Amino acid sequence: MTENGNKMVTIYVMGKKQKVPADLTIMKAMEYAGHQFRRGAGCRGGFCGACATVYRKKGSYKLQGALACQKIVEDGMIIAQIPFSPQEKVTYKINELKAEANTFLEYYPEIARCLACNTCTKACPQDIMVMDYVQSALRGDVTQAAKLSFDCLGCGLCAMRCPAEIVPYNIGQLARRLESKYIEGPTEHVLKRCEEVKEGKFDAEIEEMMKMDKATLSKKYNTREMKIK
Amino acid sequence: MSGYISGYPEYMQDSIRKVAEKRGSNLSSHGINAMTAEERQSILEHFHPDWKPNMKRPIAMGPSKGMMVPNEVADILEAHPLIKPSDIDLNHIDYDVEVLIIGAGGAGLSAALLAQENGVPVDQILMIQKLRLGDANSKMSQGGIQAADSSIDSPSIHYLDVIGGGHYANKPDLVEALVKDAPDVIKWHEELGVMYDKNPDGSLLEIAGGGTSRRRMHSCKDYTGLEITRVLVDEFINRGISNIEFTSAVDFIMDSKNQVAGAVLFDMETEEYRVARAKSTILATGGFGRLHIQGFATTNHYGATGDGIVMAYRTGAILRDLDSTQYHPTGAAYPEQIVGQLATEKLRGRGALPVNKNGELFVYHLEPRDIESSSYIRECYERDNGIITPTGMRAVWLDTPMIEIVTGPGTIEREFAAMFRNFKKFGIDIRKEPILVFPTLHYQNGGVEINPNTETSVPGLFCAGEVCGGVHGKNRLMGNSQLDLYVFGRRAGKAAAEHAKNASVGKLTLAHLDRYERWLAKAGVKTDRKSPILLPEYRGKKTLEHKLNIL
Repeated sequence: MTENGNKMVTIYVMGKKQKVPADLTIMKAMEYAGHQFRRGAGCRGGFCGACATVYRKKGSYKLQGALACQKIVEDGMIIAQIPFSPQEKVTYKINELKAEANTFLEYYPEIARCLACNTCTKACPQDIMVMDYVQSALRGDVTQAAKLSFDCLGCGLCAMRCPAEIVPYNIGQLARRLESKYIEGPTEHVLKRCEEVKEGKFDAEIEEMMKMDKATLSKKYNTREMKIK
Repeated sequence: MSGYISGYPEYMQDSIRKVAEKRGSNLSSHGINAMTAEERQSILEHFHPDWKPNMKRPIAMGPSKGMMVPNEVADILEAHPLIKPSDIDLNHIDYDVEVLIIGAGGAGLSAALLAQENGVPVDQILMIQKLRLGDANSKMSQGGIQAADSSIDSPSIHYLDVIGGGHYANKPDLVEALVKDAPDVIKWHEELGVMYDKNPDGSLLEIAGGGTSRRRMHSCKDYTGLEITRVLVDEFINRGISNIEFTSAVDFIMDSKNQVAGAVLFDMETEEYRVARAKSTILATGGFGRLHIQGFATTNHYGATGDGIVMAYRTGAILRDLDSTQYHPTGAAYPEQIVGQLATEKLRGRGALPVNKNGELFVYHLEPRDIESSSYIRECYERDNGIITPTGMRAVWLDTPMIEIVTGPGTIEREFAAMFRNFKKFGIDIRKEPILVFPTLHYQNGGVEINPNTETSVPGLFCAGEVCGGVHGKNRLMGNSQLDLYVFGRRAGKAAAEHAKNASVGKLTLAHLDRYERWLAKAGVKTDRKSPILLPEYRGKKTLEHKLNIL
C-alpha cells in the first residue's frame, strides 16, 4: 500500500483506524493523522519521557511500552499514550539525609513489597535494569542504585506496570542525589576556585579585557595559548 | 567489520570502507589546524546560513525597529496579540503573588529556588509552564556545562574564549557574570546532588569543546541537562513552591506606573484565561528552534516557539543579536526518523573527527560552532564531497569509532549512553560505524537585553536563559548555554526577590497591547498572524520533513 510514494501502514490510535506512512515514529504518525499534542510530547528526541506510550502488535498478546518519539509504527499496531502517571513524590530535606537503606525505607516503605518479578525492567523503554536498582536501594547499595538508574527519563511506564505499586523512578532520583551529595561529595578544585573568585583573584585581568578595544581584544584572542591536547 | 550487519544502505558501504581505511592515518595526523581569523570570516560570509541573502528583514516597528532578524522571527513579532484588552477582566485576579516565573526549564527552576532562598514564601512564588514541569531545551543538553575550575584554567581565559567566540558582540558585563559565577554553579549543583562525571581521583572530568582553549566542559554522561534538570525539579517539589503545568502566558500585564505586573495565563487544556498579578515577573521561556528558521530541522524542544521575545517586545523591552542563529554542526542526517536531532559536540571533544565521503579530513574538529557548521556546508555543497542520504539530504561523516581507539574500549557506552541507544534503535552501532551529520537549528543567540541583575529595560520584568541576548554575542560556545541558565536564573531569582520587597503594583492595564496595534498600523503591517504561537503546527502533511534549499 503506497500513497504519494510513501509506503503506508494501518495503525489504531486509541482504537481509531489511521493510515500513515510506514517510516514515521508513533509521535509523527499521530500528528500525520491530525493530532496536535498538548500533553504527551516534549523534547521529541528521547530525553524527557513525556511521550510514554503502550501498544500491542498485531497477533501478539504482549502489552509493550515505548517512547512515542523513538518508536517506529508497525502495521496493525494498537496505540494508547500514557502522558501522565499518578504518583506522590515524597518531600525531604536533602541536607538532613543519610546515604543508607533506611532512608529509602523511611520515605518509600513500599519498596519492601518488591516481588522481584522484573516487570518494571521489561517495561522500560530505556532498557534500564529497573528491578535491579530497586533491589540495590533495598540493600542500601546507593552507588549501584544511582548508577543503574542513571539513564532514567521518568516516563512512568515502570510505575504503571509494577504489581507492588512501587514508583521506581522516585527511588532512582533519591539514590542519585544521595550518591552525589554524600558518597562522591564536593569536588576540591571547584571549592578552591570558588574561594579564589570570591577573593577577587581574577578581577583585574577580566576588568582589563572588558575595557579593551576590539582590535586589541581580537589580537589577544587570536594569539591565545591552546592547551586542550 | 566481519560478522557485523551495517545499519547503512548498500550504496554507502564503499564510502564507509574508505572512512575505515583512512581512520588510522587520520588519527595519527592529529587532525587539521584551526583556521586563521581571515579564513574564519571568509567561510562565514560564504557558507553560514546567517549570511544568506533575503532570509532576514528589519523589524517594522517598536523599540528595536530596524534590527535585522530572520523572517520567521519578524513574522511572530509583526503579529497581533492573541487577546484583546476587552477580553480580560483585570479586576478578577486569579493569582496574586510576589514573584511570577514563566517557564520551567533550567533558568526558571533556578530562579524559583533562589527566590525562595532570598526570603519569598513558597506560596508567594508561582511558576507556570506550557508543558510539564522541567520540560525544556535545558533537559536535552547532552555534552555539558563549562566552568573554569582546573589549575591550568581561569575565569579570565574563559572570558576570552566566550567573547572571541561571540565575535566581540557580547555584553562584557554579562560575560563577566557568566565566567565568574561558573565555579559556584557547579558547587551549588553538587550540594543539591547532581552526579557529575569524575576521574578516579575525585576531580571533575574536563572535556574539550569547540572554541575553548582549555578543557573545561563538565558532563553527566551525555544526559547532562537531564541530570541537572531532574535534580532541580526534585528540589523544587521538596520545597513546596507553587506551580501550574500546561499553562502558558500569552501576554504580560502592565500597570499604571508602566511596570510589568504579571501576565495573562492560558490553560492549554481547558482553554481558559487567568489573571496573575505579581510584583516581579521572570521570563524564562527559552528559544525559538521550533520556528524552523530557513526550513532547518531543529534539535529543540516541542515548546521552543519564541513566545518570550514576542511578549517582552510588546511591553517595550529591547531586543539584541537576534540577527544571528546557531546551527549546531552535528545534527543527525540519517536515518530519516532522527534527522535534526543532536549528536553532541562531546563526540568531537572525545576524539571523533569529521571526514568527507572519501574519508578525508577537511576541517579542524573543534572550531567554534558557526565556523564548524559553515565548513560542513562547504564540504557538501561547494566541494560536493558529501554523502547524499536516501531522502536527498547531504551530509558528512562523523567518525565515532575513533573515540574508543583514542580513549579505550567501553567509553561510548559509558559516556554516550543516550547517543549509543538512539542510534542502536535504528541498527547503527556508533562504536563500529561513523554517523552522518549536517548542521541543525540549535540555539537563539540573541534575545531580550538584560543587565547582570537580569533586569530588562522595563521595570518589574526580569529575564534569564535562552530568551535573553547579550551573553553569547553572535555565536555561543558549547556548554555555555547550560551555564547561562543557572548563572542568570539564580541571579533573576535573587533580583526578583529583592525587587518584590520594595515594589508596589499600580492599577493593572493591557493598554500596551492597544499601543502595539498602533505600532503595527503605523508601520503598515497588514497581517492575520497572531502570536505567541504556543505550539508548532505539524498536523497532516507538515509531519513530513521538508527538504532544505541551502545555497
